[in-house]
Amino acid sequence: MEIKVLGPGCYNCQLLEENVKKAVKELGIEAKVEKITDMFEIMKYTMSTPGLLINGKLKHAGRPLPTLDKVKELIRVEA
Amino acid sequence: MLKDFSAYLIYNVMNLDRSSRLSDVLDFFVYETIKIFILLTIIIFVVSIIRSYFPPERTKKILSHKKLFMGNISAALLGIVTPFCSCSAVPLFIGFIEAGVPLGVTISFLISSPMVNEVAVVLLWGLFGWKITAIYISTGLLVAIFGGVVIGKLRLEKWVEEYVFKIHIEQRHEIIKQTFKDRLQYAKENTTDIVKRVWLFILIAIGIGGFIHGYVPQDFLVQYAGPQNPFAVPVAVLLGVPLYSNAAGIIPIVYALMEKGLSMGTVLAFMMAVTALSLPEIIILRKVLKIPLLGVFVGIMTATIIAVGYLFNAIL
Repeated sequence: MEIKVLGPGCYNCQLLEENVKKAVKELGIEAKVEKITDMFEIMKYTMSTPGLLINGKLKHAGRPLPTLDKVKELIRVEA
Repeated sequence: MLKDFSAYLIYNVMNLDRSSRLSDVLDFFVYETIKIFILLTIIIFVVSIIRSYFPPERTKKILSHKKLFMGNISAALLGIVTPFCSCSAVPLFIGFIEAGVPLGVTISFLISSPMVNEVAVVLLWGLFGWKITAIYISTGLLVAIFGGVVIGKLRLEKWVEEYVFKIHIEQRHEIIKQTFKDRLQYAKENTTDIVKRVWLFILIAIGIGGFIHGYVPQDFLVQYAGPQNPFAVPVAVLLGVPLYSNAAGIIPIVYALMEKGLSMGTVLAFMMAVTALSLPEIIILRKVLKIPLLGVFVGIMTATIIAVGYLFNAIL
């Protein structure tokens, strides 16, 4: 499974990345978590950062950030 | 009712002397805090539901290829309801331009979005009443429309970073589908999120406000910054431009300043300068705008806000 956090590097993007890593760890799933900061890449998917991309599909965009439970749920559905 | 509760708490429960300054300050603090937090929760919740219908992707579509002027009016209005945080200003700007939203219209949106929002509305309403709130919103919109129209008329696209025009979005951005229940959930989360982020600022600001309210003499500021001082407005605006604060942090302080003799126009101009223009935002916008355009942007905004300040001082 491939998970990408889209964001130029602001505070919220870091928070989301941390939550995603935590979720992956707690779920015990094999997943590659990657952070995308390149504006060209981000713009392909969304204007509202931070964005969460799971297997190429946009699952969340903007604020408020999804909670840890919500992130887990989003990942579980795709797993 | 709230006033009675606050007074009861301070004079009966805490048994403080009615005429003491400390009790005066506490009364102000307790009353304002309760009132503002109640307003804040209700209004943010309602606005969040409205917001959920206007994600930036939809706003972009609405504004795409809009004409100057009508487009600027729509952009300024949509700026109120579209969720925006300064860290997504750059992707938003690129997305708008890529979708064919004219530069001037995009600028109107960028001005209105941070300046006119629900937190500003709540605090103004709570502390100054609905009339001042209505005046602030309408002039905020006017400033946004005017700034965008001027930049649009000047045709400054050459001062936008070239890479912005090279970005092409092949696949259409999808808008994540929501049921009404999802929207309620979003509103709940958004309200919690915003209250969590601003409560401390508000408490500190009301605290400072309460202190000034109780301990600084009534007309302390009149001699320096009263209505008859022609420099009060420009000085307030120039001080406000580099400052960074959201509406939550600045309004209670502004309230206290006004109580001590600063005139309404000066106060509103100061608040607009603080929320609409800030050093961090200018630095973020530098990623998409070249320095001359940034200069024009800041210059127009500063001049317009100063004009608004004078206007209010003259009519209010």
